[in-house]
Amino acid sequence: MIQAATVETTEIPALKRLLRRSQRRQQVTAIALVAPLLVFLLLTYIGPIGALLSRGILDPEVPSVLPRTTAALATWDGRELPPEVAFAALVADMREARSAGTLAAAATRLNYDINGFRSLMFSTARRLPAEIDSARDTLIGIDPKWGERETWAAIRRASGPVGDFYLLAALDLRRDADGNIVAAPEDQAIFIDVIARTFLISGVVTALCLVLGYPVAYVLATLPARSAGLLMIFVLLPFWTSLLVRTAAWVVVLQREGIVNSLLLGIGIIEQPLEMIFNRFAVYVAMTHILLPFMILPLYSVMKGIPAVHLRAAASLGAPPFTVFRRVYLPQTLPGIGAGCLLVFIQALGYYITPALVGGAEDQMISYLIAFYASRTINWGMAAALSILLLAATLVLCAVYGRLVGFGRVRPG
Amino acid sequence: MNGRKTILAGIAAGALVTVAVAGPAAARDLTVVSWGGAYQDAQREVYFKPFVEATKIKLLEESWDGGVGVLRAKIQGGNNNWDVVQVESEELVLGCEEGLYEKIDWEKVGGKDKLMDDAVHECGVGTIVYNFILSYDADRIKDGPKSWADFWNVQKWPGKRALRKGPKTNLEIALMADGVPPAEVYKTLATEAGIERAFRKLDELKPHLIWWEKGSQPPQLLAAGEVAMTSAYNGRIAAANQNDKKNFRIVWQNSLYTVDYWVIMKGTPNKAQAEQFIHFASLPENQAKLPAKIPYGVTAKAATAMIDPKILPELPTAPENIATALYINEPFWVENLDRLNQRFNAWVAR
Repeated sequence: MIQAATVETTEIPALKRLLRRSQRRQQVTAIALVAPLLVFLLLTYIGPIGALLSRGILDPEVPSVLPRTTAALATWDGRELPPEVAFAALVADMREARSAGTLAAAATRLNYDINGFRSLMFSTARRLPAEIDSARDTLIGIDPKWGERETWAAIRRASGPVGDFYLLAALDLRRDADGNIVAAPEDQAIFIDVIARTFLISGVVTALCLVLGYPVAYVLATLPARSAGLLMIFVLLPFWTSLLVRTAAWVVVLQREGIVNSLLLGIGIIEQPLEMIFNRFAVYVAMTHILLPFMILPLYSVMKGIPAVHLRAAASLGAPPFTVFRRVYLPQTLPGIGAGCLLVFIQALGYYITPALVGGAEDQMISYLIAFYASRTINWGMAAALSILLLAATLVLCAVYGRLVGFGRVRPG
Repeated sequence: MNGRKTILAGIAAGALVTVAVAGPAAARDLTVVSWGGAYQDAQREVYFKPFVEATKIKLLEESWDGGVGVLRAKIQGGNNNWDVVQVESEELVLGCEEGLYEKIDWEKVGGKDKLMDDAVHECGVGTIVYNFILSYDADRIKDGPKSWADFWNVQKWPGKRALRKGPKTNLEIALMADGVPPAEVYKTLATEAGIERAFRKLDELKPHLIWWEKGSQPPQLLAAGEVAMTSAYNGRIAAANQNDKKNFRIVWQNSLYTVDYWVIMKGTPNKAQAEQFIHFASLPENQAKLPAKIPYGVTAKAATAMIDPKILPELPTAPENIATALYINEPFWVENLDRLNQRFNAWVAR
């Protein structure tokens, strides 16, 4: 376009040039108007999230604390014990790191890989003699673990600056001493199960929302405006209430001596209080309740746009009511179903507070583990790797949805 | 306040802000961090308020839920705003090794010989002795449990059980419930078979277990009737009995005990005030006031004699209570926490 413009410039009358200039000005204004939000998003959203996620693939601790060792191990073939230079480099690095107080960073990182590495590092650093003949003999003399290939392989695996340790761990995988990817020991494998559970819970909640929300949206869309407005308020009121308040309310309702149990006990339907909280049931109930408006609203907006004449026409042509629904009404609501399901499912994937408050230990979703690593053990690499996984799963899901249904057909409320 | 005074106050406040911004080392108030809830309420009456009155040093209090990573992030992030933190022995050992704390100058905080041996550490000053005990509500259970083995007996005492989330204390409890005597617990846990045994024992109870994370939760769970029994900090249970007129019972048989320490965060600008505070909080006459508010044992040797003999039997340091108790072995947990955390999380999620 620009090229075409320059070629034609000589022939363009002044008016056209003026028009073009004013258009350009408009463009600049538009960009200037959007720019603050763009900068804001970049600084407060995309930047920090990117920085956090990058921790899932960065492995900076060991190379910065043990620079000589990682350099010496770079050429090590991994079949035998590393050469004397590597031992000597480790001794030098350890002395320096100990006096600088940085040993913990490397020790903590290595301990994620091999249990006991932390104490191995600290006890070795403490017991290093001032004068050393053979670094190799000295280290192995302090702890025979320095004579094991696996110990050195762990250091090499952590030599960064980027590495797949956290990502593999997030998939219950690890690398063995030869660098092959193998499954994590069974008693340490957790994440695949939890990810599968996250998808299961989200799927069930989405299905429940659809089954409960579809008829409500239908009623809302067909009622006269006055009563529909009133009903709509019932849908929107919980929507506007804080998530935490609604979850806490479910605790009050479902707990052992809560409203439901007192009522059922009072009228004599049950002898023992039902266990309705700290289990999967409570998670489904609370999450479905919280996410229901996200299903109803898109459905409602789509249903509102379906002309009643279609249904009357089908009926007048002799279709029984169910056929009218199945052949005429349902297909037209598909974009609403798609939008509602996508909204509910993706939100459900990231749920944290609700399962944490009303679920049991077996009902925690992936966000719980992300929070556990981010705020409890401060293992940000692990937290970031799990976040990458969750983000990737969500994106894949969106792509699949886009393929199957097409985003053009999605009309969110 | 009339108009002129308001304006003057405004100018004064503005000047103060300017000064605070201008001086790089302009000290924030001494910030003391403890564990919140009934315990910190008691500390406020016994230590914080009297300290401020006595020294005119401004004191800001915060609370936290533990985890050495939190302290590590504060020091490494370079914007640490905590001065004195009460830590569990695990955080004491790890953080001291990593250089997160100032070394204790024992001259300045009152001297080693004034405290019991377990309270003395190069990086920390022990302040309370407290126990993980078995607790139940005597208003709901008449003939109550007597031991951790009874904790596992869901036939005789139906209902949910609550334990602290995480492997620490629970593996020990599981082994003692399985018949391992306290003296053998850590020897057993040192072997893979011992850890396996502990998890298998926990497996038996798993359908009945829920988990608490904050010390304030066990009394709430008992009060709501949500669980029949729970592990708990002895002090929280006693506080619930005292303040909320509950009838919770403590089973001292094979309880686990540990010490909490004050540490001074590395590089704090308030080091002198921090030492002054720890000194104040280690004086026997001050410590002796704490058990009346919340029955934790205190660490000053001379304090025991000043404590009301009526409440002494409720304290972890009472001879009959400590007789069957197990001292939580910190080196074991420092060595194994990463692995056992992961294994515990995997187990609990299954």
